[in-house]
Amino acid sequence: MDQVKREALRYLGYGKNTADCAALNLIDSCMEEVQKGADPKHIYREYPLRFLEDGTLDLGAFQTKSKHLFKNLQDCCQVILFAATLGTGIDVLLHRYTRLEMSRAVVMQACAAAWIEDYCDRINENMKKEYEAKGLYLRPRFSPGYGDFSLECQKPLTAALETGKRIGITLTDSLLMVPSKSVTAVMGVSEKPYRCEVKGCEACEMKNCVYRRG
Amino acid sequence: MAGIMDKIGKKLIFCDGGMGSLLQAQGLGPGELPEVWNITHPEVIIKAHMDYLEAGADIITTNTFGANELKFPEEGSYKLEEIVRAAISNGKEALRRVREKEPGREAYIALDIGPTGKLLKPLGDLDFEKACSLFARTAKIGADAGADMILIETMSDSYEAKAAVLGAKESCSLPVFATMIFDEKGKLLTGGNVESVVALLEGLGVDALGVNCGLGPVQMKEILRDILRVSSLPVIVNPNAGLPRSEGGKTVYDIDAPTFAAVMKEMAEMGALIVGGCCGTTPEHIRCVKELCSHMPVKLPEKKGRTVVSSYAQAVVIDRDPVIIGERINPTGKSKFKQALRDHNLEYILKEGVTQQDNGAHVLDVNVGLPEIDEPSMMEEVVKELQSIIDIPLQIDTSNIQAMERAMRIYNGKPLINSVNGKREVMEAIFPLVKKYGGVVVGLALDEGGIPDTAEGRIQVAKKIYDTAASYGIEKKDIIIDALCMTVSSDSKGALTTLETLRRVRDELGGKTILGVSNISFGLPQREIVNSAFFTLAMGNGLSAAIINPNSEAMMRAYYSYRALAALDPQCGDYISVYSKDTASLGQTVRKGAFSSQKEGNTGTIGLGESVEKGLKERAREAVKELLKEKSPLDIINQEMIPALDKVGKGFEKGTVFLPQLLMSAEAAKAAFEVIKEELARSGSSKEQKGTIILATVKGDIHDIGKNIVKVLLENYSYEVIDLGKDVAAEVIAETAVRKKVALVGLSTLMTTTVPSMEETIGLLRRKAPWVKVMVGGAVLTEDYAKTIGADQYCKDAMASVNYAEHVFSQTCMA
Repeated sequence: MDQVKREALRYLGYGKNTADCAALNLIDSCMEEVQKGADPKHIYREYPLRFLEDGTLDLGAFQTKSKHLFKNLQDCCQVILFAATLGTGIDVLLHRYTRLEMSRAVVMQACAAAWIEDYCDRINENMKKEYEAKGLYLRPRFSPGYGDFSLECQKPLTAALETGKRIGITLTDSLLMVPSKSVTAVMGVSEKPYRCEVKGCEACEMKNCVYRRG
Repeated sequence: MAGIMDKIGKKLIFCDGGMGSLLQAQGLGPGELPEVWNITHPEVIIKAHMDYLEAGADIITTNTFGANELKFPEEGSYKLEEIVRAAISNGKEALRRVREKEPGREAYIALDIGPTGKLLKPLGDLDFEKACSLFARTAKIGADAGADMILIETMSDSYEAKAAVLGAKESCSLPVFATMIFDEKGKLLTGGNVESVVALLEGLGVDALGVNCGLGPVQMKEILRDILRVSSLPVIVNPNAGLPRSEGGKTVYDIDAPTFAAVMKEMAEMGALIVGGCCGTTPEHIRCVKELCSHMPVKLPEKKGRTVVSSYAQAVVIDRDPVIIGERINPTGKSKFKQALRDHNLEYILKEGVTQQDNGAHVLDVNVGLPEIDEPSMMEEVVKELQSIIDIPLQIDTSNIQAMERAMRIYNGKPLINSVNGKREVMEAIFPLVKKYGGVVVGLALDEGGIPDTAEGRIQVAKKIYDTAASYGIEKKDIIIDALCMTVSSDSKGALTTLETLRRVRDELGGKTILGVSNISFGLPQREIVNSAFFTLAMGNGLSAAIINPNSEAMMRAYYSYRALAALDPQCGDYISVYSKDTASLGQTVRKGAFSSQKEGNTGTIGLGESVEKGLKERAREAVKELLKEKSPLDIINQEMIPALDKVGKGFEKGTVFLPQLLMSAEAAKAAFEVIKEELARSGSSKEQKGTIILATVKGDIHDIGKNIVKVLLENYSYEVIDLGKDVAAEVIAETAVRKKVALVGLSTLMTTTVPSMEETIGLLRRKAPWVKVMVGGAVLTEDYAKTIGADQYCKDAMASVNYAEHVFSQTCMA
């Protein structure tokens, strides 16, 4: 079974259990529909990075204080602001099945979540290669809302990347992203390779989370 | 000075180029609002405008891209009115100074209006009317301050573009130009395409339309070609200076001014009438374009005369290839549909819509008229719901003018409108709406004198409708004549008269036609036989659009075979793809959508309990029908359904059953319950409800999947659920709790940012409805967190909320 499907099963709460045939069929059919409905787009820009004396991080486009992000950006000289989305087509599908067939809506939501993560990973993998060719190393994605990295930073981050007109990501008043299957993140750029890449679930402090990987 | 509209088509018109990049070069910091510079750095803005004027721009756009009340609220340090007035005055000052050097220089100041930066409901959280009023406010200030025209630009959502055009047109009478962002595939970010956008904007009556931003000039050529093919209006092209790349935090573009100009010249040759630039373009770019193109001959585009309707996603052209309009969303003669309207059961209506689309409908007729309901609100709600899940255009079908206007206003596209007729009073009421909102309107060939018996009489009415429409500025292409179909059992020549009318509208008037086909067989047995034969004849006589039941096999067979025979289906491709797969029966129309395509395989002997456990919807429905022959509905519920649901529920709690199966099983149970409900209704009783529960996703949160899961389960456990939806204000929840005297409210939220909103809702409920128990759930909540914000119960999942409801209502029963 491929990685994306495994992730979708994890989001659906299967943990280490195996899914029955009906559920697997539903996942396959939802994956297919997600693939058709998705119009993945991404954008990123480089900014200079400065560590100010009071512990503030100056990311070029905005400043913020965050211990977790600080740790993530150690040894970095620049940052990349990154955003990606599957587009509004997926939200239309989710809305449609929420009204008509909840089981499909729930599975599709998990499939789309797994899909956007996978899309970001693939894009980032290519970026890593490009930077490594220049002797630079990328840190893993770190998103507003992770640890103490304030969700408020969504505003300057999306503004700097002009995500609204470039790839269609907008924010609600409560800082949720629309389309819902979107990712924003900061990635450090360093001259030193990363010792041990801890990202996603493993980097999160919610150890008792039911969706935790592994 | 003559107005801008007098210039277009006489010479090529030049717009200015980018503003943002010029300001950044002058020190505009990241996060700084460029519009504020109208006040803090007027000289920089004036200089930029002057540079563009000196480069040869005929239109300068004010520095007001983000000038709306969301970014400049009344309580902010800069008020919207100050910003917009300063921007217009900077434009005027620049023109004044240029005129000192070049006396008599002509140029126009366009009030620039960009998107709000928010997505409209239902995808986002900005209300359509709120968006209209934001745009109207900016436009009004700009017009009062002396703008010559309005340029709505960089729109990537057709719904927001509609709000902007309506807002602008309702607040002033200046010319309105609108340009959208398309990607290289010719799509909007929200899914529309060139044809759907042009249909919408032409319908709304903009003065010029086009494309800006997003692409460089080279990539934009294909988009321009598509626009020119369908647009009857002057076309604007404002590309970026090529494709962007990031260099040290700055965005740079890859095309220099001479190269840019060379491509712009090609686009002017293709037929663009207004050319300029967007991101990354500078006065130098505009100067080069002007030098290269200023003496090019131009001409206004030809009227395309296309009859076209659109949804947010696609356009449907009404022409030789017949268009199927699904007739099923209509309560006439359908007791279940009437009941659904009375019960506010929108799900039933949505399913009717999806099924018709799956079966081949190109447009859906929407009629929700019932004497005892509030038709205008119901129409608005149904149109909003349908257009949020279905991507084909709608036909708004009502005789209630208020309902018609509300639906036309909030419709995301250019609708079909059903209908006007030759009566003066009706035309006077409806044509102004068509003119304002756009649409193709059905004109019934009848008038004050009734329905003419002859084709000649109907043609005369059709002419009258065309002429009257023209006096409102509505072209013939936007009228589609209903040749009227009288029942053949009472008038044996009725069908022939209708067919003659169809032919003559096409041949003598050059118009399009429509029919409600099934009227023909009223009062006859086996109506489909006559309907499908008449349908074939009608298509053969020029019928452009048919209001039929696309779920009828006979009608769709007539449709597909006619198209193959009339050379409308190349290589019989559609016919073969529909009918080649099934040889057992005589061709079943293939259903396209996933919604109705899930097959359960051979499940013939599985009992009701097991089919619920396994989530087999179709089988559950059959099994319960079989059981109803021997058992009472109540026994079936208690002995079969509830034990099966409990078993799945317990399995879910133990971790042996997972969410997808829990829901599939709930849906199978729901399907079975529907059969039982019908049986109960026949015997005059109804299913007993255990109690009423309000569910809502709190204000600020638009993710409601968890709440919807809870709803499905609670309904199966015989609770009546009042679903208030998502992003619901505390006041609405409290007010509903009081009015309906509910005992239990369930609230959900996904993000930490909206937990305070949940806390506020609980607080208000405590004050206004102190008897109410509150259960909460959502990804960020925990037992402790729920207590802190004052909830009675934290529910970790959907089954937990069922258990809590059972607990609450068993206690209320005892009390």
